[in-house]
Order: sequence, then C-alpha cells, then structure tokens
Amino acid sequence: MKDMSQGYTTADGRKIGGVMMEMKNITLRFGGVVAIKDISFDIREGEIRAIIGPNGAGKSSMLNVISGFYHPQEGEVWFRGERRPSMRPYQVARLGIARTFQNIALFEGMSVLDNIMTGRLNHMKASMLDQAIWWGKAQREESLNREKVEKVIDFLEIQHIRKTPVGRLPYGLKKRVELARALAAEPEILLLDEPMAGMNVEEKEDMCRFILDVNDEFGTTIALIEHDMGVVMDLSDRVVVMDYGKKIGDGTPDEVRNNQDVIDAYLGVAHD
Amino acid sequence: MPDQLLFALEVTLNGLTAGIMYALVALGFVLIFKASGIFNFAQGVMALFAALTLVGFQSGQIPFSHLINAMFGTRLHHFGWNMPTFMAIIATMAVMVLLAFLIERLVLKHLINQEPIILFMATIGLAYFLEGLGDIMWGAEVKRLDVGIPQGMSPMIDDLTFNWFGYGFYLDRLDLWAAGIAAVLVVSLTLFSQYTRQGRALRAVADDHQAALSVGISLRAIWVLTWSIAGFVALVAGIMWGAKSGVQFSLSLIALKALPVLILGGFTSIPGAIVGGLIIGVGEKLFDFFFQSTIGGATENWFAYMLALVFLLFRPQGLFGEKIIERV
Amino acid sequence: MIYREVGQYKTSYVADSHTFPIIGERRAYYLVLAVAFLVVPVFLTDYWAQSILVPFLIYSIAALGLNILIGYCGQLSLGTGAFMAVGAYAVFKLMTAFPEINLLIHIVLAGVVTAGVGVLFGLPSLRIKGFYLAVATLAAQFFLIWLFTRTPWFFNYSSTGMISAPTRTLFGMPISGPSASATTVYLVCLSFVVVLAWLARNLTRGSIGRQWMAIRDMDIAAEIIGVNPLKAKLTAFAVSSFFVGIAGALMFAVYLGAAEAGEAFGIDKSFLVLFMVIIGGLGSILGAFLGAAFLVVGPVLLKILLVNQLGWPTDLAAHVEIIVIGMLILVFLIAEPHGLTALWRTLKEKLRLWPFPH
Repeated sequence: MKDMSQGYTTADGRKIGGVMMEMKNITLRFGGVVAIKDISFDIREGEIRAIIGPNGAGKSSMLNVISGFYHPQEGEVWFRGERRPSMRPYQVARLGIARTFQNIALFEGMSVLDNIMTGRLNHMKASMLDQAIWWGKAQREESLNREKVEKVIDFLEIQHIRKTPVGRLPYGLKKRVELARALAAEPEILLLDEPMAGMNVEEKEDMCRFILDVNDEFGTTIALIEHDMGVVMDLSDRVVVMDYGKKIGDGTPDEVRNNQDVIDAYLGVAHD
Repeated sequence: MPDQLLFALEVTLNGLTAGIMYALVALGFVLIFKASGIFNFAQGVMALFAALTLVGFQSGQIPFSHLINAMFGTRLHHFGWNMPTFMAIIATMAVMVLLAFLIERLVLKHLINQEPIILFMATIGLAYFLEGLGDIMWGAEVKRLDVGIPQGMSPMIDDLTFNWFGYGFYLDRLDLWAAGIAAVLVVSLTLFSQYTRQGRALRAVADDHQAALSVGISLRAIWVLTWSIAGFVALVAGIMWGAKSGVQFSLSLIALKALPVLILGGFTSIPGAIVGGLIIGVGEKLFDFFFQSTIGGATENWFAYMLALVFLLFRPQGLFGEKIIERV
Repeated sequence: MIYREVGQYKTSYVADSHTFPIIGERRAYYLVLAVAFLVVPVFLTDYWAQSILVPFLIYSIAALGLNILIGYCGQLSLGTGAFMAVGAYAVFKLMTAFPEINLLIHIVLAGVVTAGVGVLFGLPSLRIKGFYLAVATLAAQFFLIWLFTRTPWFFNYSSTGMISAPTRTLFGMPISGPSASATTVYLVCLSFVVVLAWLARNLTRGSIGRQWMAIRDMDIAAEIIGVNPLKAKLTAFAVSSFFVGIAGALMFAVYLGAAEAGEAFGIDKSFLVLFMVIIGGLGSILGAFLGAAFLVVGPVLLKILLVNQLGWPTDLAAHVEIIVIGMLILVFLIAEPHGLTALWRTLKEKLRLWPFPH
C-alpha cells in the first residue's frame, strides 16, 4: 500500500509529499497498434513531473489515459491510495484533475472570460431552475466564481483580453488562456501537454515562470509533456522517459540525463 | 408455395426495384460528398429540375413564360416545336453542366473554408432556390414524362413466375429498365473513378484538398466536374422517377429519403448507396406488408428514418463507412 | 454623437454582466417594452395582428427554442415542426380534458410535455452528431406527424381529423376560440415572449449556457474538463422543446384556432424556423427575434409588392418567394454567416464611432 507520510523537501524549500497518483502496468492498444506497453510510474504530491520522449512515443496517449479519455486494456490507475475505477472523463475532472491540450482546445465561440469560467463548473452548484430565475442564488454564485476567475486572470496577466473572443487571439495567448482555464478549476493535479510548443524564448520564460509560480503558490502537482530539454531539466523534480510506448528512464533530471538508453533514443550526444 | 410467402416475395421484389430508385438519388449525394465533403441537400431538387427541363425542351416550352406573361401581359407558352428525346436529353445535360458551373462559381467558391454545417445549410438554401427556379421556368403543374422507356406490367416476368409458382408476379418494365440503367451507371462510374485521370483526380480531392492542390489538381475544375456528373445522375434519377409518377414537387422530397439510404450505406461509398437503397426499399415495403393491419398504413413516411436511427445507435458510420476515431 | 459609453464604468461583477450594459440601450429596451404593451394595443388592427405581429411573436418563441439547441449547444434538429405539433396536441387534450383550468397553465404544461418528448428524441444525440443527428430528428418529425394524423385519440375522434380550440377566458375575456379579440391574443403572446426571452437570457449566460457552448465548440475537450455531455445535451433538448412546445400550443390555441398535423406542422415549418435561426444569427437571443421578423414580415411585404402592386398571380408570387428565401440563405451564409445579429453589431460599432470613421 502507499506510504503517504513519506515525503521530502527540495533544495529550494518546496515540500514534496507522498505518492498521489500511480500508473500500474498500463497497456493501451488501438486495434493492432500498441500505443503504451506495460508502463508504470508514480507522481508525488506537489512535485513537477515531466514526461518526455520522441514523437509518437505515446506521451499524449498517457495523458489521455490519466484524463480518463482512453481506457487502457490492461493496468490500473491509482489515485490517492485507491484504485480508480473506469470512469468517464468528466468524472475524472471532478476528482480534481485538470489539463491543457497539445493542439489548443479552447471554445472558440466564447470570450476568454467565459472560457476560463467553464473551468469553474465543478464548483458551481446552482440548479437549472436557480439559473433560469437568475436573481438570488445563481447571480451570487456567478459573482463569487467570477472573483476567483479574476484572480487567475491577474495571475496570468491576461486582463486586457478578458472579453476578446478566443478565436481572435494569437497562439501564445491562447496557450495562456488554456492554462488559466485549467487553473480556475483549482485542481489537485495539473496535466500540461506541451505547454511551450510553438513559443519563442520570451514566451517560454513567461510560461516557465507561471508554471513554477503555480506549483509554488498553490502547491499544485504538475505533470507535463515537453520537448524543450532545457525547460525540462530546469523545471522538473523527476522525469519519465518514453519511447515507442515503453518506459526507458525514470528518475531525477540528472539521472535521466546520464541514462544511456535515453541518450541513444532521444537526447543524443554533443559532438566536439 | 403458400400464398402469403408468394405475396411477400413479390413485395420484396418490388421493394428492390423501389430501392434502386432511391439509390439513384443517393448516388448523386455520394459523388458530391466524396469530392468536396459537402452534403448536397439539393440533390433531390436537382433531379426535379432536370426532369422539368427535359420535359420543357421536349414539349417546346418557353422558359419563364409565366413570368414574362405576368410582366408584359403577353400570352406565350410554347415555341410550337417538339424536340426529339435524344436532343432534349443532350440539351438538358448542357443545362445541368451550366448549373454546376454557376453553383461552383457563385456559391462553392465563397464557402471553401466554412464548417460543414454552414455548407449543409447552404445546400438547403440552394435547394429552395432551385425549386423556385424550376417552378418559375417551367411551371409547377404535374407533367408527364416519356422518354420511350417501356412501362406497365412485364409480361415476361408474369409468364415466368406463373410457370414457376402458379402465380404471376407483377413487376413493372420501367423498374426493370431502371435496375439495368442503375447497374450500368454504377459500373461506369466505378470504372471512371478507378481508371481515368479525372477519376483519379476526383479520388485525390476526396481524400485531401490540400494535398490534391499541391500536386496541381485544380480543385475548382474537379468540383465543376463532380457537380456535372451529379447533375447527370440527377437527370437519370429524374427521368426514372418522373416516368414512374409524373414530374412534380414530391420528387424533391425524395432527397430526404436518400438520407437514411446514405446512413445505411455510408456517405462515401458508391456500392453502399445501392445496398442502402435496396435495404430501405425492401424494408419499407415489407414492414408495411406485415404491419399494415395492426398499425395502419402510410408507414413509409417514417420507417426509413426510424431504421436509420436504430442503425446509427449501433453503428454510427453506416455499413460501408469508415470508423471515426476521435483524437484530442 | 448618438451612442456614447463615456463615463459608464462598471463597479461590480453584477453590473458587468448586465444584458444591456450601455445605459442608452437599456432605456431604448424599456421604451420598446412600454410601446409594445401600452401603445400598440390601442392602434392594433386585425390585419396587423393576424398577418404580422402574432405570428412574429409565436415564431420568435420557436426560434428562441431552436437557437438554444442549434446555436448554443450545436445539436442540429429538423424536427421543430413535429415538436410544435406535440405542444399543440398536448394543449388540445388538456383543454378538452380539463376545461376548468386556465389556458395559460395548460400552455405551460404543454411545453413541459414537449420537453419530455424532446428529451426522448434527443437521446440519440449522445451517440450521434452533426448530419446524422439531423436524420434522427427527421425520424421524429415524420413519425410524430404520422402518429397524430393516424391515432384518433389525439384529435378526440373527430371525423375531420382536425383539432379545434374551444373558447377559454382569462379575467373574463376570451383568449382562444373565435370570439377572442386580436388585442387579447397579441397581449397573451407578448407576455409569453417577454417571460421566455428572459428565461432564455438567464440560462444562456449562466453555467449551463457555457456548458452548452462548450459542447458545441469542442465536445471532447468539454467532457475532459468536466462537462457531463448527457446532462448538457439533454437539458438543451428539454429547454429547446419546452420553448417550441409553447410556440406550438400558442399557434394552435390562440392563433390558428384549428389545425391538422401534416398541414400545420409539417417539415416545411421545421425548415422555416431553421432559416429564421440561420438568418437571425446562431447563438444569440436577438437573432431569434431578427430572424423571425425577417421571415414573417418579408413574405408579407413581397406579396404586397408583387400581387397588390404589380398584379402578378399569387402562385407566381409564391414561387418568387421561394427563390428569394433560397437566395437570401445563400447570401447570408456567404457574406455574413453569423446573420443579422452580426450586421446589427457592426452597425452599433459604427454608431459608436460616428461621425469618425475609426
């Protein structure tokens, strides 16, 4: 069973707790193609866990398994010491798991503010009848949640675009809005699928700063898929390396960096 | 053989021929959907329009005569000639090609990047437009269509089945001709798409617009070609339906019936359109045959759709369609 | 000069989410309401009520309902005509079975019945999307009309197969049946419109409205972030059908007075309301009204022009009407897919800056 009391403190004073989520022997197949082959790893509370590997390694599929969108043919997902039964994605979201997507999945017909408000939906309890009448309960709840959303907007510095329809925003801002939507849910675990993809150096620095702040200020556990090695090594506490659906490395950034299998498959060697 | 079974068999055969008729209309849908991803709601109206134009040419009608008379107080109706059927068909085909050209130029070109639902609704608008146009050009009264296809009971089938079963099946010769023509059409369309350059280009466009563009295929030319072929198929369907029940507005409602056919057969499969049509045709007739006494008649109004609905619940992509795998 | 927001800033979230944030607009809205309730009834003629205002109000309700389903939740439905029929037949059965109860209650109950039927026929939306769903709703359309025309219980075994609305009163004045005056009918419909529009506005600005739009825009992502697709889609069907059912009930009980399912609620009505929603603008409350106005007033104007002014025969005018509607759909979809609402918003933007160009 899980030893939830085991934890440690990092060099810069952040507290990492016991195991929060664990993937046990996950195998995922699509027809004849094996996307994930017998992979096990865990994620500790409060840590930043990176999942890296070449394209097609199965990283996004792994995230989709965690989200409950794909159901593995074999293996189990454990959350907070209990086996998580097969459930629909929206039920997984209610457990406190929020995410961003590789190819932005914002609701293009809505404004930035409305998009982020959708992140709050599991916290909004007013019934349909309350909402139909609006005055009183529904309106109060809307204002309360709006306040929380405004805090996230301040945090990510997107006040100036809050009423803009999302479809009109440039790529970098869309990524930020997606992060805001995930944060608004006040999640236990935040899954980020290539949050830096397509960004220039400045944008990457901003995004790194935000991710670190989220982990630092709110203690949110973060699992992220990322290709930029510099980012991964700097940001993460531990790294999982995947290749062709299999796990080929698991440990601290330094351990992984020196793992021969990882070097062969992915990192490569600097030539003099 | 017991009488009930013979009746059922006869009903089934008639259902098959009815199915061929549905399939003819569905074919046009499949062609356009394959090449442009557009679900052409106007296909049924195109069949009606083609039939109206054919009759108009054959009987020497003056187009827009009703409108001209209203505007200028004249009393024109006919030119006074009768065009031979063969010429009339060629002339009608020319009109359908012109129509395809205009549709591409005035409508499709402007809607290239829109979502499918917008394109679908555009074809609904097109359907209304063509229907009104047909009415204004050629008049809305019911017309008889005769292109020389033999009609009436087939004595050959009657004798044959009488000799076999002691009961003569009634099968209309027109339906037999329709089946034959449909078969020829499917074979030639399949050959065309597999073995000619244009056919290959059509398949390329159906697969991936961008890629097709990048190898130099003119999207617009292909679309004009596709809609022309669909126009030809619509003409054939219009002739068959028109000969059977007269050229009238209800022909355009067949378009709606083609939807369940496509659901069963898949939106992108030519053989699927035929199979789907046959299943719907037979299903409708048999359902009516067996249940008419218990729940009343006119069940063909809704049976096809219910069947399609049940099908969708278990197999959303149809019999021949491709399975949709969703990715995030 | 005309349209100024200077000096109007919001100091609370409640104020920020007001339907008419600009005071000028809000006052204009109240003025319109006042005119509609107080001034119009005084000058109302039977012709205006019968041909224009009452059908406009009733179709606005139907368009509101369909807009919620298609515009906000992205579920395509071609069954609007049949659902209006459900409302009509439900209110007929209620009126004849419980004549003592107020007609207004019956109308709301008819809406509830239609909501139930809507949920039933909306169940396939959990598995089917897009055009396929349209076909499923066509099944509803054709089946329900067949059911109503073939099952004598629905039309109380009348020999004509039609349903007729008996006279019912409100505060002593008849609101249905042949003795109802145009003014009372108009006011009843107007009241329903105001209440229903208010409900629609509230629902679409709240959490459920956002869930609907999330399903519309990206249903998979929506589910992953926590939207329950079953609840979202079925509530959209329920609310939409509630509106459409009330429209159907009103159409039969206070407007037509007598109806036959195939003729009054056929597939052409489904397309008519769909066109209203498209032309008016998908996903907007205002759009439902603009679309309904356009497609109720337009044909009347056209007929006046062609038949009365130019003396054309009525069937020719009818054909021209069909061509014009088809052309308008195409023009709108090409030039402004977001309909009259988008045009209205552009106009307001220009007015904000007038007389400056930008």
